[in-house]
Amino acid sequence: MVAVQETVERVRRIDVDQYRYGFETQIESDKAPKGLSEDTVRFISAKKNEPAWMLEWRLEAYRRWLTMTEPTWARVDYPKIDYQDIYYYAAPKPKKTLSSIDEIDPEILKTYEKLGIPLREVAILEGVEPPPGGPPSANRKIAVDAVFDSVSVATTFQKELKAAGVIFMPISEAIREHPELVQKYLGTVVPTSDNYFATLNSAVFSDGSFVYVPPGVRCPMELSTYFRINERNTGQFERTLIIADKGSYVSYLEGCTAPQRDENQLHAAVVELVTFDDAEIKYSTVQNWYPGNSEGKGGIYNFVTKRGDCRGKNSKISWTQVETGSAITWKYPSCILRGDNSSGEFYSIAISNGFQQVDSGTKMIHLGKNTSSRIISKGIAAGKSQNTYRGLVSAHRKATGARNYTACDSLLIGDKCGAHTVPYVEAKNSSATFEHEATTSKISEDVLFYCLQRGLSEQQAIGLVVNGFAKDVLQKLPMEFAVEAQKLISISLEGSVG
Amino acid sequence: MTLLEIQDLNVGVDSREIIRGLDLMVNAGEVHAIMGPNGSGKSTLSHVIAGKSGYEVTGGHILFRGEDLLEMEPNERAAKGVFLAFQYPVEIPGVTTMNFLRTALNALRKARGRGELSTPEFLKKVREVAGSLNITRDMLKRGVNVGFSGGEKKRNEVLQMALFEPSLCILDEIDSGLDIDALRIVASGINGLRSPERAMIVITHYQRLLHYIVPDYVHVMSKGRVVKSGGKELALELEACGYAQFETAA
Ligand SMILES: Nc1ncnc2c1ncn2[C@@H]1O[C@H](COP(=O)(O)OP(=O)(O)OP(=O)(O)O)[C@@H](O)[C@H]1O
Ligand SMILES: [Mg+2]
Repeated sequence: MVAVQETVERVRRIDVDQYRYGFETQIESDKAPKGLSEDTVRFISAKKNEPAWMLEWRLEAYRRWLTMTEPTWARVDYPKIDYQDIYYYAAPKPKKTLSSIDEIDPEILKTYEKLGIPLREVAILEGVEPPPGGPPSANRKIAVDAVFDSVSVATTFQKELKAAGVIFMPISEAIREHPELVQKYLGTVVPTSDNYFATLNSAVFSDGSFVYVPPGVRCPMELSTYFRINERNTGQFERTLIIADKGSYVSYLEGCTAPQRDENQLHAAVVELVTFDDAEIKYSTVQNWYPGNSEGKGGIYNFVTKRGDCRGKNSKISWTQVETGSAITWKYPSCILRGDNSSGEFYSIAISNGFQQVDSGTKMIHLGKNTSSRIISKGIAAGKSQNTYRGLVSAHRKATGARNYTACDSLLIGDKCGAHTVPYVEAKNSSATFEHEATTSKISEDVLFYCLQRGLSEQQAIGLVVNGFAKDVLQKLPMEFAVEAQKLISISLEGSVG
Repeated sequence: MTLLEIQDLNVGVDSREIIRGLDLMVNAGEVHAIMGPNGSGKSTLSHVIAGKSGYEVTGGHILFRGEDLLEMEPNERAAKGVFLAFQYPVEIPGVTTMNFLRTALNALRKARGRGELSTPEFLKKVREVAGSLNITRDMLKRGVNVGFSGGEKKRNEVLQMALFEPSLCILDEIDSGLDIDALRIVASGINGLRSPERAMIVITHYQRLLHYIVPDYVHVMSKGRVVKSGGKELALELEACGYAQFETAA
């Protein structure tokens, strides 16, 4: 694959500081008082100039949250989180509404530049690489919504998207500008009462992206959100809602980074996807939150609820994720296959190194007739990390002809890490065909030696072998992300041997 | 010029002695054949020269152009020009042969202080050599050695040897698993790489290979040491009489 080639070259050029996004931006910010109370919720809602219904919705979630307890079933271990010791809102100052990208604080622009996320549209055009072998394409564009701490600082390519009828904006804006759409769909896939972290998010979410693709429209470009946590002791609670109306298509990319910090930071996002008849959403994530240092200090606690609802017939939702960061990952992007003939996909690469703990997987809930789902999970554990795949495939009584194929492969690097597979299967319908395959292997000494004998360093060899192991999933990513992801895979496995 | 100098080498695995006082001198331009019964330590020797971990060198030394080879990492040795064609080449799923060749070649070139080859230069070079070894484009697109037949794997080793421009080639049973035509193709590929600057150590059980790749020296290895050395006619003698006469000497 040319993409692999390119990556390997790129990786070589990077100086291999393990987490190269670990810088902090010096910028003044506007914070909510520390801690969580009804006042915090009101403060956030007021900051966002939200309508009354939104505040009510949040408060209801907050009250609900007070009655809930943190889940403990995942194979992750962390000290108790003090929810009163967190800032729930931080916005870069000045917070006046920006009319053009030139009004963004130059420090923030610099941050995104350092991250390789060009926010200037011209730069985006130049920055995007042509597909392998193909001609440099001028029409390959990515619209970016950049979220810095709690607020969206820039959304690019608004005009072009508007012409196509696509709404892509910060959810805080959508709440004001398209209340009918937000009110109609928000919380319909992940109800406010869904789980502890989702409920918390519902109460305090600050920003995120909103996408609506009208009937019959194929979104003219990839949409992308880039999340960055900058402030100390700040939680990030983004909320994303994507609706693909009948016969539409959209591909959405999500990336994330945070500075290196000694203390842990909380990230609890909710993503809701809805597809109607014949519509498709492809959602790709490259998650690279700070994983903590080599002694396991610091890093992001990533407790995320992502769910897609294939509401219409023949609709499709596809999740692709590359998880390399975070101290703790608790994340199960799922599909509710409600529409007849709808299909769900989950392609995942989850890498853990150092003291990282990953508990991730998916749920495929088959409700409609002749629904199908496919799960390909590649777990790579190195260092002293623990890597768990947790999956549920279920077929409802009425879900005749439900089909699932699951393949879970784990690769161990070294002997101090662990890989675990926890698949649950529930078929309440005898016509369901569920297939499950799982393998666990170690990176072999013979393979490493072979590579070394051919001149590769140990790090290059591991990067190459792991990229090969994860190839089936990497191929599902949009080109730009695939390159980034391969790089990340190699970098995140730095120091995994020896 | 002396390329490889092995003196009184002793190697053990799990406190079991496998190589016991082995001496070998190889000069640039020479081809040495090593023959010997199964389990006599031929592959072990090749692994130790290339730097595989898991072996304990309990005595002696290996110099490569006067430098202590045992102090170097395997990839440093490769960069210095040591190439081992494996008796059992491994499979690397998901990594295309083409990508592997390119990554390795660029790593070697970089270590040798040369720039990377451009894509067209690289492709041209690979296709040329691959063609001469009857390696199809399809094979180059597949995962390294994945689903390759025994003979295809061996040809892939020779392809790499040709691309990576080593100065010492160790070929561990490159003839095993090759059909008669493939043997001829592989041997002519190897012969094409013979040069005054380059030396080869050809490990084999059969005179047949040495009929094509005519060695300057033949060594008989038994129980971890070289028990007899001679010219190319020694191989013929072995073919006729077997190893029995040397076993007692060990
Ligand atoms: N890792 C190991 N652990 C234990 N014993 C080993 C190991 N590697 C090699 N040996 C033993 O060392 C001896 C020499 O093995 P080696 O593979 O070097 O022989 P060889 O001469 O190449 O044989 P063949 O002609 O069959 O290829 C054998 O008895 C083998 O079982
Ligand atoms: Mg052998």
